Amino acid sequence: MTTPDEQPSEAPPLVRPYVITKGRGLPDDEQLSLITLVTAADDEQRRPTRRLTPEEQGLLELCAAGYLTVAELAGHTRLPLGVVRILLSGLTEGGFVIVRPPVERASLVDARILEEVLNGLQAKFG
Amino acid sequence: MDSRPSLDERAYVRGGETQTAVKILVVGHFAVGKTTFIGSISEITPLSTEERMTRAGEAVDDLKGVKGKTTTTVAMDFGRLTLSDRVVLYLFGTPGQLRFVQMWEDMARGALGALVLVDPDRLADSFAVIDLIEQYGLDYAIAVNRFDGTPVYEEAALRDALDLLDDTPVVTCDARDEKSSADALITLVRHLLDRAN
Ligand SMILES: Nc1nc2c(ncn2[C@@H]2O[C@H](COP(=O)(O)OP(=O)(O)O)[C@@H](O)[C@H]2O)c(=O)[nH]1
Ligand SMILES: [Mg+2]
Repeated sequence: MTTPDEQPSEAPPLVRPYVITKGRGLPDDEQLSLITLVTAADDEQRRPTRRLTPEEQGLLELCAAGYLTVAELAGHTRLPLGVVRILLSGLTEGGFVIVRPPVERASLVDARILEEVLNGLQAKFG
Repeated sequence: MDSRPSLDERAYVRGGETQTAVKILVVGHFAVGKTTFIGSISEITPLSTEERMTRAGEAVDDLKGVKGKTTTTVAMDFGRLTLSDRVVLYLFGTPGQLRFVQMWEDMARGALGALVLVDPDRLADSFAVIDLIEQYGLDYAIAVNRFDGTPVYEEAALRDALDLLDDTPVVTCDARDEKSSADALITLVRHLLDRAN
């Protein structure tokens, strides 16, 4: 793993969100929902065209060790959700992260998933 | 060496490459016990995240074009339950305030359903939340969170007051207790399954 060359940041940066996101627009809500799972991509999938911002680098490091949802990434970084979405959409475009959006709602899928949720809850707490 | 605080291995979603993430909302008025409920049952220390709102209730993601407007933030808290190698359940708690439209849309989109926490002493405070859940087309169950000293309530009167459908489950729950909270959730999921079949 590469060592980030920026200073360690304790508190959330006091920078206007517009600056952090470099003015990029809003990403697709469906693609980056609260429970979309995110992980860092392999090096060979990355298409670096520019230097990552400290915030992007921070997100990338957070999800390098496994999968986290968009909401969890926002919770751990303490960045507003909208900002995290914009940063992630840039990272996705650059091939830095892989996202797994939740399944579309469909009654058949729902019934199967609900069964699984019910069984899981009963096994855990029953 | 990594200069950033890194997360414990358990913070990550187990088997993330095969998991389907689903969510259930835990809703109710202020101080009804949402945060307590999520904390009792979540496998991770509950997290919270915020969206910035303009005064008009629109979410803003950058400050472009909103210069001079007052923004406020609204927080939602959430927890996680890994139920198998295929399903990981997220519980999102939010106060029922209609003015935070963007947040509600985010929360409600794709949610399996909602557990509505109700304090029988403050029934009227639950009307707006239930209206909102119905407006977003979510199925729900009522969990009556009985605080110490709350008088025993009549289920029929409560159903009447909240104008519930006959098949809407009503359970009593102590949000501080893991088992009691899990039972309320199980009741909800059974109901959702009945609806889906
Ligand atoms: N006696 C009792 N107190 C509770 C219960 N659930 C929550 N509380 C308390 O009520 C207060 C508000 O709860 P909280 O979870 O923060 O409410 P929220 O605003 O809906 O998130 C806290 O002091 C809790 O400890 C319950 O089931 N019984
Ligand atoms: Mg709370």
